[in-house]
Amino acid sequence: MFTYTLRRLAFAVPTVLIISLIVFLLLDLAPGDPTADLPLTIPVEVREQIRMALGLGEPVHIRYLKWLEMMLVNEPLHALANMTGWDVTRDAPRILSWQTRSPVGDIIAQRIPQTLWVVGLGYIFGVLIALPIGIISAYRQYSWFDQVGTFVSMVGFSVPTFFTGVVLILVFSVWLGWFPSMYDTTLEVRDWDSFVRQVKQIILPVSVLALFNASQISRFMRASMLDNLNQDYVRTARAKGLKEQTVVLTHVLRNSMIPVVTVIALGIPAVFSGAIITEQIFRVNGLGHALIGAIYANDIPMVQTITFIFAVLIVLFNLIADVLYGLLDPRIRYD
Amino acid sequence: MIRKTSLMGTAAALALLPAMAMAERGSSGHMNIIYWQAVSTMNPFLSGGTKEMNAASIVLEPMARYDETGELVAWLAEEIPTIDNGGVSEDLLSITWTLREGLVWSDGTPVTSADAVFTYEYCTHPEGGCSYRDRFANIDSVEALDERTVKVNFSDITPFPYLPFVGAGSPMIQQAQFADCLGARAPECTDANFAPIGTGPYRVVDFRPNDVIQFEANPNYRDPDRPFFQTITWAGGGDATGAARAVFQTGEMDYAWNLQLAPEVIEQMEAGGMGELLVDFGPLMERIEINFTDPSPDLPEGERSTRMHPHPILSDIRVREALSLAIDRELLTEIGYGPTGKPTCNFIVAPPAMASPNNDACLTPDKDRANALLDEAGWEMGPDGIRVKDGQRLELLFQTSTNAVRQDFQALVQQDWREIGVDTRLRNINAGVFFGSDPGSPDTYLKFYADVQMYASLFEGTDPTAHLEQRRCGREPKPDTQWQGQNINRYCNEEYDALWLELSREADPDRRQELVIALNDMFVQDYAHLPLVARGRVSAKANSLGGVILNVWDSEHWQIHDWYRIEN
Repeated sequence: MFTYTLRRLAFAVPTVLIISLIVFLLLDLAPGDPTADLPLTIPVEVREQIRMALGLGEPVHIRYLKWLEMMLVNEPLHALANMTGWDVTRDAPRILSWQTRSPVGDIIAQRIPQTLWVVGLGYIFGVLIALPIGIISAYRQYSWFDQVGTFVSMVGFSVPTFFTGVVLILVFSVWLGWFPSMYDTTLEVRDWDSFVRQVKQIILPVSVLALFNASQISRFMRASMLDNLNQDYVRTARAKGLKEQTVVLTHVLRNSMIPVVTVIALGIPAVFSGAIITEQIFRVNGLGHALIGAIYANDIPMVQTITFIFAVLIVLFNLIADVLYGLLDPRIRYD
Repeated sequence: MIRKTSLMGTAAALALLPAMAMAERGSSGHMNIIYWQAVSTMNPFLSGGTKEMNAASIVLEPMARYDETGELVAWLAEEIPTIDNGGVSEDLLSITWTLREGLVWSDGTPVTSADAVFTYEYCTHPEGGCSYRDRFANIDSVEALDERTVKVNFSDITPFPYLPFVGAGSPMIQQAQFADCLGARAPECTDANFAPIGTGPYRVVDFRPNDVIQFEANPNYRDPDRPFFQTITWAGGGDATGAARAVFQTGEMDYAWNLQLAPEVIEQMEAGGMGELLVDFGPLMERIEINFTDPSPDLPEGERSTRMHPHPILSDIRVREALSLAIDRELLTEIGYGPTGKPTCNFIVAPPAMASPNNDACLTPDKDRANALLDEAGWEMGPDGIRVKDGQRLELLFQTSTNAVRQDFQALVQQDWREIGVDTRLRNINAGVFFGSDPGSPDTYLKFYADVQMYASLFEGTDPTAHLEQRRCGREPKPDTQWQGQNINRYCNEEYDALWLELSREADPDRRQELVIALNDMFVQDYAHLPLVARGRVSAKANSLGGVILNVWDSEHWQIHDWYRIEN
C-alpha cells in the first residue's frame, strides 16, 4: 500500500509542473493588457511605466521561473509563517495581484472560508442526500420512490445552477422575502441572532449546490448498486442465510462504493470551479468570485494562481481517489 | 475661474440643512454605498482607476479641489495661489501652497510641507509605476519652505500651475506611513495601501480588496461637526443593474456609482420611486476618429497607419465633411444614452465656458449636402449604390470596442453612410485588447489599423491644454515611439501647432478661453474627427440622502462630509 501511494505521488509531481507551465503560458500569451481598464486621461507613457512596475518588462521564461518559485516555495513559506508565527520567510517576494498590488495568497486566504462554507456545505449535503436515495432507489427499483427520485435528479441534473439560483432568489427573496438575495460578507457570527442571519443567507446558495450535486451522485450510486445486487456473491450471501441488512449494507454497499468514491473525490475540485457561477449570482465573495473579477480586470497573476490551485486540487483529489480505491479494493494495491 | 472662499462647502451645506436640528458629527448614523465594480486598493497612485480614486478621496485630500461648477476651491491649502496674491510667481515658473493652520492626520500627527514633498517623491519615483505621474510632469523640484509652505518649481513656463496637489488624482499621503514604500517597494506596503492615513472626513476600519470597505468618521477631522454619517459600508461587486435596483427599488443602498444603463432600463428603475438619478456633464465625449494615414494591410509592417502614407480616401476634407453631415447625432444620443447624453459637434465639450458655440450646425444631418460634396470630390454613385472613383469603391473599415451601445452606434452610422453611398465594414474588438497599449497587438486603438474608429475620451480637471496638445504634429503613435502617443487620427496642421504654442504660454484666463475655442473650431471644422455625444456622469442616490452635489470635475464624494440623512 505504501509503495503504491508513493508511486502515485511520484506521478503527480511532473503532472503539476507541466500544468503550471501550460497555465502560465496560456494566460501570458492571451491578448489583453492590465492598463486597458484605466481611464484614457492616463497617458500612454505612464501606462508603460505601470506595465514595467508590474514586472511585464522581463522575458517570459524569467517571469515563469520567478512565478514558479513564488508559487511553490515562497507562498507556502508565507502561509506557514502566518499560521505558526515562525520567521521562515526571509522576506521572500510574493505573487502580487495587479489589481490590488497586494499578495495574491492573502486574498485567496481571505476568500477560501466563504467558498468552503457555502460550496463545501452544498457538497456535503448533496452527498448525504444522494447516498440513501441511490441505495433505496436501487434496492426498490421501479417503485414509486425510485420514480420520484429519478424525476427529481433528472431535473436537478439538467437545469443549470444559474437558472435554479435566480429562480430561488425570485421566489424566496423577492416574492416571499424570507432570505436575503445578497450575501453579506461582513457578517460575523457572534451570538444566536447573527447565527440565524448567517444560516438565512447561506441557505439559498447551499440548496442550489446541494440539489445539483445530489442529483449527480445519486444516479451513480443507484447504477452501481444495481450492478452489484444481481451478482453471484450476493445470491451466495443470501443463501448462507445472512440478514438482508448485512447483505445490502455490508456486501453490496462496500463493492458499490468503489466507483462512487472516485466520483465523489473527483467532484470536490470541480465544486470549486463549478461554484463560480453560484458565487456570482448570490455575491458570495469566494474564490470563484475572485477569479471572475480577475479575469475581467486582466489581473493575470491572480488568474494564474487560482487556476493553478484548481489544477493542483484536481491532481490531489485524483491521488486521494486512487488511494481510497486501493483501500476499498485490495486487488488494486498489488499490481 | 478661482474662488477664494475656503469654507464654501460648509456654507453651502448649512443652507441645505434647514430641518436638521442636530447637525453634529455622526448624527446621521450609517450609510451604504454600492460600487458595482469593487474597489481594489485605497492607494490611488497604484491603481489609476476612477473607483479607487473616488474611494480614496474620502480619506486622502489634495491642496485644492474643483467644485461642481469647475472652479478651484482651497481644501488643505489656506487659499488658492494666484499671481495677484503672490502664490504664483510672475515668471510663471513656480507656485507656492500654504497649508491650513493646525491641520492633522487622522492619527493626530500634524500635516507638514514635508508630506507634500514626500508625495511628490513617491509618485515620481521611476520604479513606482505611479498612475498619476503626469500630474507631476515638468517639475524641477518641490521644496518645503517652512512647516506649512511648499514651493513647486516648474522646468518651463506653466500658465496653468494647478495640476500637482490639485483634484482627487493628486492627493497628499503621509510621509511617516509611506516612507519605506518608495519605488519598487510600493506594492509591498499592503497595510498602508489598504488603509492610508489621511486628512479626510473618514478613515478605513476594514478593507477587503475587491469586496467591501468599512469606514468610520475621522475623529481628528478639522470640522468638529462633520461628517454627519458616523460609518459607511462601501460594498462592491455585482452589476450596474443590480446596483441601480438596490437604490431605486429595494432601498438597500443609499448611493450607487456609474450607472451606465440603457435609457429604458433607467426609466423603469426610476419608477421604483425610492431614489433619484444624478446626471452631470463633464469633458467625456464619444467620437469617431478619422485616420489621416493609410491603414492598408498591403503596406509593410511599420508603415501602416503612419504619416509616410496619407489616407487615399479620407485625406480629402470633402469626404470627411460628407461623413459628418450624414450622421444623425440626435438619434444616436436618444437611442444610446437618453437623458445621460447630449449630442455635440465639439472637441472640447466642457467646461461650459470653454465649449465653442460655433459648430452646432452639424446637429442637423444634411444628406443632400453630403451627396453633393461626394459628387464634387469625384466619387460617382455605382450601380450597387456604393460610390466609386478610379475603380476604387468608397469602402471604410469601422472599428470600436465591444460594447452594446457602441455596436448600436456602429449599425446606425453604417446605415447613415450607406445612404450617401459609403459602404462600411464593421468590426468590434474586446475592450481589454482595444484599449490596451501592447505594441505587439495589431488591434489597439493606438495602432488604428482601420479607416475610422469610435471611442470616448476626456481630460482631467478643467484645463484642456494638455488634451489639445495631443493633436500636435509628431505626437501620433508610430513605430519609433512603440506606438505611444495620443494624436490618434495622425492630425498634422502647422496652424494648429502654432496656436497651441500660444495657448501654452498664455496666462490671461480670457485669452486662454478664446484660444481653446479657436483650437477646437480649427480641429472640428477640419473634420479631423467627428464628435458624436457628450456623455454624462450618472449616479443615483436614495431619496433619504441629502446634501449630495454631483461633481464631474473631481471625485463624486468631494463633499461627503456634508451628506446627511433626511429624517421624515
